[in-house]
Order: sequence, then C-alpha cells, then structure tokens
Amino acid sequence: MNIKDIQEDIIEEFSMFEDWEERYQYMIDLGKTLPLIDEAYKTDDNIIKGCQSKVWVHADIQDGKVVFTADSDAIITKGIIAILIRVFSNQHPKDIIDADTTFIDKIGLKDHLSPTRANGLVSMIKQLKMYALAYQTQLN
Amino acid sequence: MLNVETIRKDFPILSRKVNGKPLVYFDNAATSQKPRRVIDTIVDYYTNYNANIHRGVHALSQEATDKYEQARAKIQKHFNAQHRHEIIMTSGTTHGINLVAHGFASILKKDDEIIVSALEHHSNIVPWQMLCERTGARLRVIPMNQDGELVMTAFEALLSSKTKLVFVNHISNALGTINPIEDIIKKAHKVGAAVLVDGAQACPHLKPDVQQLDVDFYVASAHKMCGPTGVGMLYGKKAWLDKLPPYQGGGEMIAEVTFEKTTYADLPHKFEAGTPNICGGIAFGAAIDYLNHIGFDAIAAYENELLQYATKKLLAIDGLKIYGTSKHKTAVISFNLDGIHPYDVGTILDKMGVAVRTGHHCAQPIMDYFGIPGTVRASFAFYNTMAEIDTLVDGVKKAKAMLS
Repeated sequence: MNIKDIQEDIIEEFSMFEDWEERYQYMIDLGKTLPLIDEAYKTDDNIIKGCQSKVWVHADIQDGKVVFTADSDAIITKGIIAILIRVFSNQHPKDIIDADTTFIDKIGLKDHLSPTRANGLVSMIKQLKMYALAYQTQLN
Repeated sequence: MLNVETIRKDFPILSRKVNGKPLVYFDNAATSQKPRRVIDTIVDYYTNYNANIHRGVHALSQEATDKYEQARAKIQKHFNAQHRHEIIMTSGTTHGINLVAHGFASILKKDDEIIVSALEHHSNIVPWQMLCERTGARLRVIPMNQDGELVMTAFEALLSSKTKLVFVNHISNALGTINPIEDIIKKAHKVGAAVLVDGAQACPHLKPDVQQLDVDFYVASAHKMCGPTGVGMLYGKKAWLDKLPPYQGGGEMIAEVTFEKTTYADLPHKFEAGTPNICGGIAFGAAIDYLNHIGFDAIAAYENELLQYATKKLLAIDGLKIYGTSKHKTAVISFNLDGIHPYDVGTILDKMGVAVRTGHHCAQPIMDYFGIPGTVRASFAFYNTMAEIDTLVDGVKKAKAMLS
C-alpha cells in the first residue's frame, strides 16, 4: 500500500470515534501493540530531542525500502509513533520525503502538531524524513 | 475567611473553557493567573500615561515615573526592606540571580565555596556553575532526604571560612518544600557568608520580611504573584549592593559619562540599565496591592485546606505516590501513578480541561534522586476550589483506567 492509501485508511478508522476518549483509548491500545525497537538500538544517539517523553527511533533499509522501529517510555507517545510507523515504514525513501502529513489534522491530533507541544510529533516526523533523506542520498 | 466564589470573579480567565470543559488551572507554580485589577492597570498605562521615565520634564513622563516609583515603594513595604533603593527592579527571578552571580565574580577567589541546595531549579544551578568556572570557586550541594527536605546537619558540615555565598530557594518549585531559611541564614552568617534566597515560589503564598530574616539578597518574580511576566525584584542589603559592580551598562545606570571615564548612578539605578519594563513594574505594584487586599494569612489558611484535601483524595487512589512529603510544604503536589508516564497522565488531564505541569520541572537533580523521569505536578492557588480538586481526582482515576 502506498502512503496516501494508508493515511486514508487511518482517517477512516478515526472517523468512527465519537469523542476524544475513544480516540485516545485507540492510540493507547496501538501503543501497546507497537513492534518494539531492538534493545541494542535504545541508545542515547537514537533519542529524538524535543520530546518530554523519551522516544527512540531506528531505521534500516531492506530491498530499497526504509524500515522503522521505535519505542517510547510514554504510552500515548507510543500510540502516535505506531501510527507514524504504519504510514512511513516499508516505503521508498523518496515517497517518505515527499509525503504530506496533513492526515494528522484529520484524525484529531492537530494539537500534537504544535511546535511547543512537548511530545515532539513534529520532531518525530522530521527525524523519520531525515532518515529517508539519508538513504535516498545513498541510493543516488 | 476567604470567599473563593467572590475572588474567582476577579479573574476573567477562570470562566473560559478548555477542550470543551471548564478550565481547572492547577499550574500555578509555573505562573499565576491575573486579576482584573492588574489587567486594568496594564491597559490604563498604555491608554493614558505611557512615557519613558526618569528623564522627561513633560507631564506624562512625570506621571509614569511617579507611578513606577510608587510601585517600588509598594514592593519595599511588602517585603519590609529598610530602604527603597534596596529594591532593584529586574526582569524576573533569573535576572536577579544572574545579577548577584555576576557581582560575586569580582569577590570570589580560587577555592572559595558557594553552597546551593539539592532542591534547586535549573536557573539556580547554572549561573553558579558558570561563576565557578570563571573564578575557580567550588560548588557544594546540601543534600535532601526522602521527604524532599534539606539535611541540615549536612549543611552545617559544609559551612566553613571558605563559604562565601549560600544560595537556596525559599520553597522548592518541584516538591513544594518550605526550606528553613531563617536557620540557614543564621548559620551562614556565623561563617561570614552571604545568603541569597530565591523567593519565586514562596511569594505567592507568604509574605517574607527581609529585615526579620536578615537575608542579604532576596529575589522574586511578579508573574507568580498575580502580576505580569517579564518583571521582578531583587532585594539586597545596601552594604552589599554598594559592594557589587553594575551588571549591565547602558542608560539610566550612569551619573556622568565621558570617553575617559564613567561614574555610576546611585542605587537602585546603578543596576537598572536601559528603559525598564515600566508597565510591568506598575502592574507588579497593583498585584501586590491585590494580594494584600486578600491577605496572606487568609491565603495560607485556605491553600493549606486545598492541600490537605487534595493530598487525602489523591492518596486514596491505588498506586499513586506523592513526591515531597515534608510537613512544611505549600500547596504543590508532585505525583506519579505506578508504571504510568507522567506525560500520559498530563495529556489525559488536559483533555478534561485540567492544566497541570508534567516533566522534570526544570529540577532534574531532584528527579534523578527519586529515579523517575518526572512527575505530574498540581499546584494550587487561593482562587482554586475543592470542586476543582474533585475534577482533578476524577481525571487521575480516568487516566489510570485508560492507561493501565
């Protein structure tokens, strides 16, 4: 599936929730199912700065696609990461770099996009795109 | 006796909604809300007598200068300073601390010692580390115990003829502990050390008497005392302020300038370079009037009721732990739910309209001591209600149910 289709799936799933509680409960549950990062990669170098909770991200390239694994010590943050990984992992670097992220607004997480927001969603997206850019440069 | 329903009408912001719910503002230790009287003072200044002060002969400048100096007089009276020129207007607590730290750079010698407490905010650690790097002085730290209280026997053991300055907060921002500053000041003076007290967290809750305390320097911020941001005060004993060199160069702080030599203005202007926060200073005075109108005895008694009620209700939640359990504390509760990140709790509370602070509260050494990434901190003010505490408790229960 391409990034745009995945985003649309997510928007549809979130549209079924009636209030913030259902939305957050879903993200919390997603957080619990997040495929964890290998412990060996939970190093200080892999911590995304700008987050109040700790967020580790690791990237790998497999068959020309970027595979992300991540973890956080806060569960809501993990839920947000799980959504981002679903969208961006297993995609070609160029598609990740070019991806539009307005779907976040559409699933009611706009307030997490503010640069002052301590969970650093913006920093996370930036970091994922940076990894993609690095791999794209290698491929070129 | 304090009538909280009447008081709440003084604060326009308390009637707004957040995320569709009535705002419950429990982040008072970060900044307080502002009463109408302070907001009106700010509007009045810019509407009616905005002018630069201390230099114009014209009527507006005179009026602004009078009001600004009246505010200084209110601050002097509030803190019971002996002289008006012992009150230096600053941009806030951090500014005041840096001003004193800068001054001590010319006093300290290699191997002199500065004592700070383990309960400090980052802004209370960094200026002294910088000062030590510059002068070769050493930083010593008063440890704390499991209740979040300073270990006074350890403090006494740190004191020596090498001690030149002791720096401690009056009340800890992260835990709410009220430190025994009277005792600290007495003991520090016995070895000839000066004492600087950070009153940022204390001044919203109590009324310090700098002469009775015999403190050498005391700093505070207006914005935690119902006043505006960007303004604060440094009290210094005249003898000390005379001894310290100016902090910044500029207008206002000079007596005479030629290219060969500049002579500095008298106190307090020696430390007040440039155009100050005139409006902020005047509104600080209005905030002090407002707090005194409510009365600090009434504030302390009521806030203690809030603290006792909230402590009891929160502790009834299984798996909730409170950090900072001193008998001497103000209305601040730092807590965690077992196995749940404070950030997650804060996010759920925000959705319910409850504003709390989460994180390390700029006091990482305290969090390291307890081995936690941070806490959820609910800090109360005299305009909060018992019903709001019930909302907080319900929110914490909901967060626990959702996150466990």
